[in-house]
Amino acid sequence: MPCVGDWLNSPLSIVQGIFAQNVPNSDWEKKVTEYFKEKLKENNATNWVPSLNDVPVHYLKPNSLVKFRCMVQDMFDPEFYMGVYETVDPNTNARVLHFGKYRDVAECGPQQEIDLNSSQTVTSERQTFYCVPVPGESAWVKEISFLTEPAYVSTSQARVSPSTSYTPSRHKRSYEEDEDMDLHPSKQKEQHMGKSCCSGSDIHGCVEPKRLETEASAGHHVISPNCSPPLDLNFPLPGEKGPACLVKVYENWESFKVNDVLEVFGVLSVDPVLSIVNSEERDSSTLDPMECMDTAEEQRVHSPPASLVPRIHVILAQKLQHINPLLPACLNEEESKTCEFVSNFMSELSPVRAELLGFLTHALLGDSLAAEYLILHLISTVYARRDVLPLGKFTVNLSGCPRSSAFTEHLYRLIQHLVPASYHLRMSIESMNQSRFIPHKDYTANRLVSGLLQLASNTSLVIDETQLEQGQLDTAGVHNVTALGNLITWQKVDYDFNYHRMEFPCNINVLITSEGRSLLPSDCQVHLQPQIIPPNMEEYMSSLLTAVLPSVLNKFRIYLSLLRLLDYSISDEVTKAVEEDFVEMRKNNPESVTADDLHKMLLVARFLSLSAGQTTLSRERWLRAKQLEALRKARLQQQQSVNGNEL
Amino acid sequence: GAADALFSSPPQFRHSAIPLDFDISSPLTYGTPSSRVEGTPRSGVRGTPVRQRPDLGSVRKARQVDLHSDGLAEDVVATEQSLGQRLVIWGTDVNVASCKEKFQRFLQRFIDPLDKEDEDIGLDLNEPRYMQRLQEINMVGEPFLNVNCDHLRSFDENLYRQLICYPQEVIPTFDMAANEIFFDRYPDSILEHQIQVRPYNALKTRNMRNLNPEDIDQLITISGMVIRSSQLIPEMQEAFFRCQVCAFTTRVEIDRGRIAEPSVCKNCNTTHSMALIHNRSMFSDKQMIKLQESPEDMPAGQTPHTVALFAHNDLVDKVQPGDRVNVTGIYRAVPIRVNPRVSSVNSVYKTHIDVIHYRKTDSKRLHCVDEETEQKRFTEERVEMLKELSKKADIYDRLALALAPSIYEHEDIKKGILLQLFGGSRKDFTHTGRGNFRAEINILLCGDPGTSKSQLLQYVYNLVPRGQYTSGKGSSAVGLTAYVMKDPETRQLVLQTGALVLSDNGICCIDEFDKMNESTRSVLHEVMEQQTLSIAKAGIICQLNARASILAAANPIESQWNPKKTTIENIQLPHTLLSRFDLIFLMLDPRDEAYDRRLARHLVSLYYQSEERLEEEYLDMAVLRDYIAYARGYVNPRLGEEASQALIEAYVDMRKIGSGKGMVSAYPRQLESLIRLAEAHAKVRFSEKVETIDVEEAKRLHREALKQSATDPRTGIVDISILTTGMSATARKRKEELAQALRKLIQSKGKTPSLKYQQLLDDLRAQSETAITKEMFEEALRALADEDFLTVTGKTVRLL
Repeated sequence: MPCVGDWLNSPLSIVQGIFAQNVPNSDWEKKVTEYFKEKLKENNATNWVPSLNDVPVHYLKPNSLVKFRCMVQDMFDPEFYMGVYETVDPNTNARVLHFGKYRDVAECGPQQEIDLNSSQTVTSERQTFYCVPVPGESAWVKEISFLTEPAYVSTSQARVSPSTSYTPSRHKRSYEEDEDMDLHPSKQKEQHMGKSCCSGSDIHGCVEPKRLETEASAGHHVISPNCSPPLDLNFPLPGEKGPACLVKVYENWESFKVNDVLEVFGVLSVDPVLSIVNSEERDSSTLDPMECMDTAEEQRVHSPPASLVPRIHVILAQKLQHINPLLPACLNEEESKTCEFVSNFMSELSPVRAELLGFLTHALLGDSLAAEYLILHLISTVYARRDVLPLGKFTVNLSGCPRSSAFTEHLYRLIQHLVPASYHLRMSIESMNQSRFIPHKDYTANRLVSGLLQLASNTSLVIDETQLEQGQLDTAGVHNVTALGNLITWQKVDYDFNYHRMEFPCNINVLITSEGRSLLPSDCQVHLQPQIIPPNMEEYMSSLLTAVLPSVLNKFRIYLSLLRLLDYSISDEVTKAVEEDFVEMRKNNPESVTADDLHKMLLVARFLSLSAGQTTLSRERWLRAKQLEALRKARLQQQQSVNGNEL
Repeated sequence: GAADALFSSPPQFRHSAIPLDFDISSPLTYGTPSSRVEGTPRSGVRGTPVRQRPDLGSVRKARQVDLHSDGLAEDVVATEQSLGQRLVIWGTDVNVASCKEKFQRFLQRFIDPLDKEDEDIGLDLNEPRYMQRLQEINMVGEPFLNVNCDHLRSFDENLYRQLICYPQEVIPTFDMAANEIFFDRYPDSILEHQIQVRPYNALKTRNMRNLNPEDIDQLITISGMVIRSSQLIPEMQEAFFRCQVCAFTTRVEIDRGRIAEPSVCKNCNTTHSMALIHNRSMFSDKQMIKLQESPEDMPAGQTPHTVALFAHNDLVDKVQPGDRVNVTGIYRAVPIRVNPRVSSVNSVYKTHIDVIHYRKTDSKRLHCVDEETEQKRFTEERVEMLKELSKKADIYDRLALALAPSIYEHEDIKKGILLQLFGGSRKDFTHTGRGNFRAEINILLCGDPGTSKSQLLQYVYNLVPRGQYTSGKGSSAVGLTAYVMKDPETRQLVLQTGALVLSDNGICCIDEFDKMNESTRSVLHEVMEQQTLSIAKAGIICQLNARASILAAANPIESQWNPKKTTIENIQLPHTLLSRFDLIFLMLDPRDEAYDRRLARHLVSLYYQSEERLEEEYLDMAVLRDYIAYARGYVNPRLGEEASQALIEAYVDMRKIGSGKGMVSAYPRQLESLIRLAEAHAKVRFSEKVETIDVEEAKRLHREALKQSATDPRTGIVDISILTTGMSATARKRKEELAQALRKLIQSKGKTPSLKYQQLLDDLRAQSETAITKEMFEEALRALADEDFLTVTGKTVRLL
């Protein structure tokens, strides 16, 4: 029986073993997945697997088992590959069977040749996904998932030491990383942590950074002539970093969709041969018309240098419900451990809520009503779609935000500390006209060029309208604003496929900050009434954050992620009461209460109940929801009368 | 060639087969060597040059194997009739002789009097179809014979299977067969080259997503959209070498993309003396095309797959990016070449399709319904299920309920939209000079903002396959119709079609109809009645089909619907446009306690229903979609005698109502609407005949819509002239009276050449019993000005 190190360090030798034992049988494939499934189930074994999210590619051993938390950005065409092939030694005529699964390159020994005509050859099919790290993933998610993985210790050591083998384009990225440090102080902490932990024992005992480094740089030398200009890694959001990966999926690829968040376990392949094969092809393409069927751009995109875009051959893949590392990965399972976790947390829910409310009230300059709505917004999620109508979206328009003091900027930073993924969209005439919001298909390179709105489910999108000035939107700008509007109203983005558009449903929490009412549609407008205007906004906001204990902050994070996943129902009794209420309200003043208002009240009631950990609507909550709505509306009316034609 | 054969070759032949120099696709092939040498009676075959078929893969050498005695190489030459049954092509079960014979029988005998294809114009369906095609070839001189695989399948299942599994071997045999028959019959015919058979409509695969390793080297048909095409690539087929010493010449064929340059001259034995002579080598045209999955075939949330196509010779440049095509060809997987320097090989194959036949699906839309794809979409069980469903008495109500279940009530509106989805029957009156009769039903929804109009539109747009959704606010005439774009690369002008053209045969949903600007609206006039779209831009003048139903939503000019005003006044749309809508519905917020109660219950249920239950309803949407597609494709109701009578009565009644009060309440347009609605209702029932109940429902719905939209708020009477002339009859009468009163007033003032505007208004007000607004006064002035009684300049009124 192979030891721990083996399945981590050389999973292919395990596969080889299983393959050799079962060879005439085709069920060796199933046995391989079962083997790894078992291995990963063992106590926290998943934590032993190094993650591409944390460790730069060239510090990882090629052909070792790695994991990657990512979003499917694009799907390439299926590939036919040699599932099983035979090599023959021309001298001795000895024939050996090999498997081609989990590999990019059909290997054979120095004295051997691949017999392409062998009857034993099995052609199989696999699918390639182009995956990027979850867009807008918060620094704390990276940090915590990094810390919970003790196996990285040795590699993280290497991480701290400055790298010499970064390719030029990566160098540029690492500067950005430095800039980013200022924005995320936690990032530095993370590195310190890495350093302090590095004395831990080297468990897989085979990571030799030096050797790997030379290997990687050797690969780099070969590749660099080919990769000018630098390859666009196609991250949806600007300034993103981290590896993009070609993820090769062997089973059930139909079940994955674009924008799904996955955690994959697979064999890392960074074979420099891959790039050589490609460059070779390009040289000879003039001779052989067969090879020029792809344009140069397509070649570049579909087979980029492996050092820049590594390949992962997936053994196990699962869709993630959420990316919050503080929660068990899968909550639906009826495991006692997760149940215990949930019930434990639910028991102390109300103090957490109270604290969070306090925290947000301070963040919103003392406005507790706005803070209440912000909580509701943060736990909202599209839980179903009724024909075209997305249910459960709760876009909040926070109007009346102070314009001058970069209030939104700081508010966003606080939100960033609470939610696992977020993006801050500063609206301005230029950004509207120039940014790429909608992903579009580039037919020359045959890929889906990403746009700002290609986001994973439950990403918080904070739109800052306070900086928007008067000006002229051009065609692109109009399209972008329309796309934002569609996103908010229908929770879908129409990707541009040039000859047609295609609809991709999404689930994005949109928060709009503005001075007056936003030009974008929203489900509910809350007018901010600051109680205090701090003279130094920056100081005020950062002091808020430092005042919160890390453990409390983590509770906030669990709170927001967990409540989103709860089920909810309304009893017949309460339904009756709501009905009565609605009829009564309409009787008094049919103008003021419409079906739309009822929609909103029910939404507020839903999230209000959930925010208190209750999964059914009670009469009290309903009244409280009504009360909140009344308060909110009164504020709007008051605002209207103050400003006259405002609103 | 062994490299390519590995996919289709049964292992038992693997090493025993002895390759023969019998290249099916080479120029030597079609007549076979024997026929060439001996000079058979088929002089036509001999006289006509052979054209290579790179679409079948010129690099492959087909080998024949004697099943009984391996390696009787020389016999191959004499296979034709003598040895017959014993020989098969290596790796297949295809026997050339019998295969040829069977195909000839098929060509000579196949008749299908029921089959109708759009290219069959001029064919006698009771005569052998393909013999007529051959005759056509003789007359026109285009040496290609398209063969529908479906026909072949119904004629000879086994031959069809062989064609699908071993196209590379079988198609050349077909070529041989076709040429023999052809030149037998028309020995003097002069063709550019020998006839090539092009099979199409192979049933193997329809969807790109279903392609898998088993399809390699088989004949497949897939549909998709062309997204990119390459420049023309000249591909060398045969290299011509000449010895520089003794001028000895030799030809070398391309083998797997390579030329084996002769190192020694066979004649004078000089080494390295052979030089390639380019202009005597043979080249064929080749083009690389990328085909992308049709959007309809794609599962939600995934990106489309693409596949590479290689088009050869005259198929080059037959399709343009943006075209929807059905491609028939051979699916290939080629191992990426072994790198001489590295012992390892990339384990991935490159795949492509060698195109044998293209069929544009777009152009087919010019002829009636897209039958082919429609037929394939429904399995027999599905059709059975749909028919079963159609027999239910309450099917109409059921479907109406299934439509947009999240939108509460508004039953009649949903019924109207349902009928719109089904559409009327298409009638062609071109021979009487009337042109096409509109079969599409147009609907306008107007009403208060926030009454889920947009939601209904979104739902419809998501339901129908060829739906488009635009907003009147953002869309320009350009976005709606079509525009001409210059391709930056090729400097070629390209016609880009807008929403209306794209929704041909579908529904175009236009939100915020009222916000549309004047020029855009004017486009709709043509579309909504003539169902065509004329474009004259950048030197391109054309008329495109735009047989789209319009589903529009309009908000009132004032933020709320003013019940005291008519529809026209509320939405401020020209009546010329309004009269083109078959049904105009008002979506108002009803103020009714019972309604509120039901609405509340409905909404509450939305907020806690579980995913599964929603899923169930989603299933209904799929059924609904199929139901509509089936009815649209297969049911074409005609008016029955009774129904015609009922329609006439209904129309006469409608006109009578009005005539009693001195106004017209129905126009021929309304009669047409009624007919369309009745036909649509018959379609809902899957009935081929429009019956009285259909007319009844059409009448009811029409009346219902009129009641809502054409009621004169001043009198409470339904008055169609509000929609047709923009003004109710009473309003018109009142206007006239006022004008006359004004005239009297002015005349009573005696001979004054000019009057003060304000003074006149005050006088008129003092005289009148009813309140007179400034607008009414101005209208009266205008009426008098039209009669040349007076002119108004600034604040003074002059008499003429």
